[in-house]
Amino acid sequence: MNAAFIQRMKRIGQIFTVFLKIGPSTFGGGYAMIATIEQEIVHRKAWMSKEEMGDMVSISGSAPGGVAVNSAAFIGYRLGGWLGAIAAVIAITLPTFLIVFLLSALSAMFKDNMKVAAALKGIHAAVVALIMVAAVKMWKSSVLDTATLVITILTVTLLLLTGIHSLYLILGGPLAGILIVYMKKKCGLTVQTEKGQGEPERELHFPEYYI
Amino acid sequence: MVWQLFWVFVKIGLMSFGGGYAVLTLIQREVAARNWVDPGEFQEIVALAGMAPGSIATNAATLIGYAEGGIAGAIAATVGIILPSLLIVVVLTACFLRLQGNDWIRSSFYGLRPIVTGLIIYAAIHFGFSGRTYPLQSWSMAGTLLITGGCLLLVSKYKVHPFAVILLSAAAGIILF
Repeated sequence: MNAAFIQRMKRIGQIFTVFLKIGPSTFGGGYAMIATIEQEIVHRKAWMSKEEMGDMVSISGSAPGGVAVNSAAFIGYRLGGWLGAIAAVIAITLPTFLIVFLLSALSAMFKDNMKVAAALKGIHAAVVALIMVAAVKMWKSSVLDTATLVITILTVTLLLLTGIHSLYLILGGPLAGILIVYMKKKCGLTVQTEKGQGEPERELHFPEYYI
Repeated sequence: MVWQLFWVFVKIGLMSFGGGYAVLTLIQREVAARNWVDPGEFQEIVALAGMAPGSIATNAATLIGYAEGGIAGAIAATVGIILPSLLIVVVLTACFLRLQGNDWIRSSFYGLRPIVTGLIIYAAIHFGFSGRTYPLQSWSMAGTLLITGGCLLLVSKYKVHPFAVILLSAAAGIILF
């Protein structure tokens, strides 16, 4: 056991504890969690700079999966390599995992209770609303021109009418994007591939990332 | 069974661009294809998953895993859905500077984002209407529409926290149904 190894294990232990603490506070989802992460990692522990937080948000937003887990993986990796990433992801998932179990046990116990069934039905209606809000937000950052509008409409139509597997759509999206940008450039058109900077409203809750 | 759960959720995890809501459609698809949980049960699972902190997709994976394979199944499904994210994020982090601002990557996301929007819209339509056991013109339907409309107003206009909205709608459900 050399000193460097012990040092590293200690750091990984710290990563684990910090994310274990952040985990249960991810009510409100990924982006709401970023404020908590900033407070813990940037201000209290001084493990990362504010600029690195920007990198983190863009990576965890573009990789598949939830923003919370992705951010944990990013920070864990930056601080402690592979082991750090694994420790952070386990720590952020564990509390939720246990809470989900508790809820499911409780619901099984009261399954035949009329009131619980009614409450779940109410929540179901709320989740539909949250999904709709998420769709509107995603629409604002993705439908930038006619081409993207057509892609969105085509996606919904295909899903409703043909039952195509989402995998083909997800693989087809980037291909279509590259093709459209290439064609437009050929025709001498400028393409805005991302939503403009300086969005006026900065919101605290991002329901689409209640994920 | 446990391995099957693991691999199915690895596959779902790989495709979970756009996060939880876009993935719900995919999860339901895969689950229905294997006759794992029926639509009614699936709705219950999503409602529970929405109540817990963290990702609604990961929580749903945990519950489906548990329903199909007990504790081992729950662990397998959860690890399965998270693993691809972990691997991809680490690889992206490791080569982030080289990728940032690359035209190909920008164009790819330009095409991918509207697809994700479509997936989420579909999830709203599908989740709103599937597994419905009551006719369109009924008290249940009216109550559901009332709660959905109220939640939309609260979240988008009054910026109420999503978790508060979920608690409120549980209370509304008890009163209405």
